[in-house]
Amino acid sequence: MSTATGLSSPERPATTPTFQAPSTGRKIKNNLATFLVGLAFVIALVPLVWVLATVVVRGIGAILSSDWWGRSLSGVLPESYAGGVYHAIYGTLIQAALAAVIAVPIGILAAIYLVEYGRGRLAKTTSFMVDILAGVPSIVAALFIFAAFISILGAEQSAFMVSLALVLLMLPVVIRNTEEMLRLVPDELREAAYALGIPKWKTILRIVLPTALSGTVTGVMLALARVMGETAPVLVLVGYSQSINFDPFSGNMASLPLLMFSELSNPEPSGQFRIWGAALTLILIIMILQLGASVVSRFSAISK
Amino acid sequence: MAKRLDLKAVDIFYGDFHAVSDVNLSVSPRSVTSFIGPSGCGKSTVLRTLNRMHEEIPGARVDGEVLLDGEDIYARSADAVAVRRTIGMVFQRPNPFPTMSIRDNVVAGLKLQGVRDKKKLDEVAEASLRGANLWKEVKDRLDKPGGGLSGGQQQRLCIARAIAVQPDVLLMDEPCSALDPISTLAIEDLIGDLKKEYTIVIVTHNMQQAARVSDQTAFFNLEATGKPGKLVEIDDTEKIFSNPHEQATEDYISGRFG
Ligand SMILES: Nc1ncnc2c1ncn2[C@@H]1O[C@H](COP(=O)(O)OP(=O)(O)O)[C@@H](O)[C@H]1O
Ligand SMILES: [Mg+2]
Repeated sequence: MSTATGLSSPERPATTPTFQAPSTGRKIKNNLATFLVGLAFVIALVPLVWVLATVVVRGIGAILSSDWWGRSLSGVLPESYAGGVYHAIYGTLIQAALAAVIAVPIGILAAIYLVEYGRGRLAKTTSFMVDILAGVPSIVAALFIFAAFISILGAEQSAFMVSLALVLLMLPVVIRNTEEMLRLVPDELREAAYALGIPKWKTILRIVLPTALSGTVTGVMLALARVMGETAPVLVLVGYSQSINFDPFSGNMASLPLLMFSELSNPEPSGQFRIWGAALTLILIIMILQLGASVVSRFSAISK
Repeated sequence: MAKRLDLKAVDIFYGDFHAVSDVNLSVSPRSVTSFIGPSGCGKSTVLRTLNRMHEEIPGARVDGEVLLDGEDIYARSADAVAVRRTIGMVFQRPNPFPTMSIRDNVVAGLKLQGVRDKKKLDEVAEASLRGANLWKEVKDRLDKPGGGLSGGQQQRLCIARAIAVQPDVLLMDEPCSALDPISTLAIEDLIGDLKKEYTIVIVTHNMQQAARVSDQTAFFNLEATGKPGKLVEIDDTEKIFSNPHEQATEDYISGRFG
């Protein structure tokens, strides 16, 4: 076809230019499509901005009040605006941290197994289980921990039980993310290490993991941010406490979602005040984690 | 240091696929042997069996004997990790460790084998970089990442890294195929220097390169697709390129096929 036009066109008089302005129909379609895409973007953005704005506007007063970050609600009457939520912040942080201490090593080791060693049935089964675990709703994870540890093993309700449920929710995220990061490490690096007479385990520990580190850390932080707001586990597995409890292994302990839930039954305006404050606090903590994740990934990015 | 390699009746399989059949050849110490032949005839496959790198590929298997100064590297008692420490390898694409500085790349092998002595590591880094003709170019930026070098420099960095663990044999799989002509010349010069101390086996697609750098040349060929690759002949490079024994070699050298 190209030969045909190539041969005939030089002889043809140039009556019509080859390039013409786009047709009106195409212009209309183009503008319509641009408009629709823009509209979809705005529609998607509206609820996000709305939620964020509402939380900030309603919660800012609470988090700026003098006692907010340094006091608990111990001895504070429901209708009073006094007191703070440091007991709940502590609870949220310690529960997530304990979950991370358990889930991160197990998750990373499982991912290493899947990527570096896993072949055949066991790896396929593990991978399948991870997929299933990833789809488990948090209430089911919470009820499972309740059934297994509290009903059957006779453990008491405590923050640690919450952490165990959070482990179930974090594990698939950590495994999948680490797996992806490890698979991004080119095989050529592994081969280079083997060819130097470096054993496989050392190659993984000193070459593969450092190369995948920033992505792995980012993934862990995002997983943490996700489980911090989980409400089902704290509702099912630990009682609420107005005052600080440092011991995650026994007694009631507050956390930000649990505090919000318990203040819902407070009819006084101070209840609303604390709910919005706690919501904003939770969002701030999660934002700090995500910022931390992006800083980590920026600074330890593989130098090109 | 440099040692002799002998392959006796080596057959290589990937699962059920018979990739290379019945290779017999010897490589003397302090010499360069090049493997030439059309793509897919098993040059890389043979090379990788010389330091047991193929064991990283699931299903890969070797029959026959590979002797290093008479010692079978496939003996029950031989540890693949120890074998690779003795027989180093440089790959087609330069592959410096991206998280390490130039200096750490060079001494990575020693460091991961547990050498801590900073003075010794610095000495080895300098000696190896000098050995790889790279010292002058990088001595002022040893702490910069290895990935920041040009392709040819990266490949010489990889050679420095390989010789830093003081192997007896150095295997190179098309080390210049990703490089420009000037870097290629630099590496060819380097091979000429290295053969004073090492036994070198190099796979190359470039026949001029084989003619320039090697003392003996092995020609591999494939009778038909799906059939195993074979060693057609191995002889002094001069002989192979002027008056080969086999017609197939002659045809390949003169560009009539492959
Ligand atoms: N990892 C592998 N798995 C299965 N077959 C392979 C693998 N690597 C190479 N082969 C096959 O072995 C034969 C020889 O390949 P190779 O040694 O790479 O050839 P060359 O290096 O001479 O181009 C080819 O048919 C190739 O398809
Ligand atoms: Mg090859």
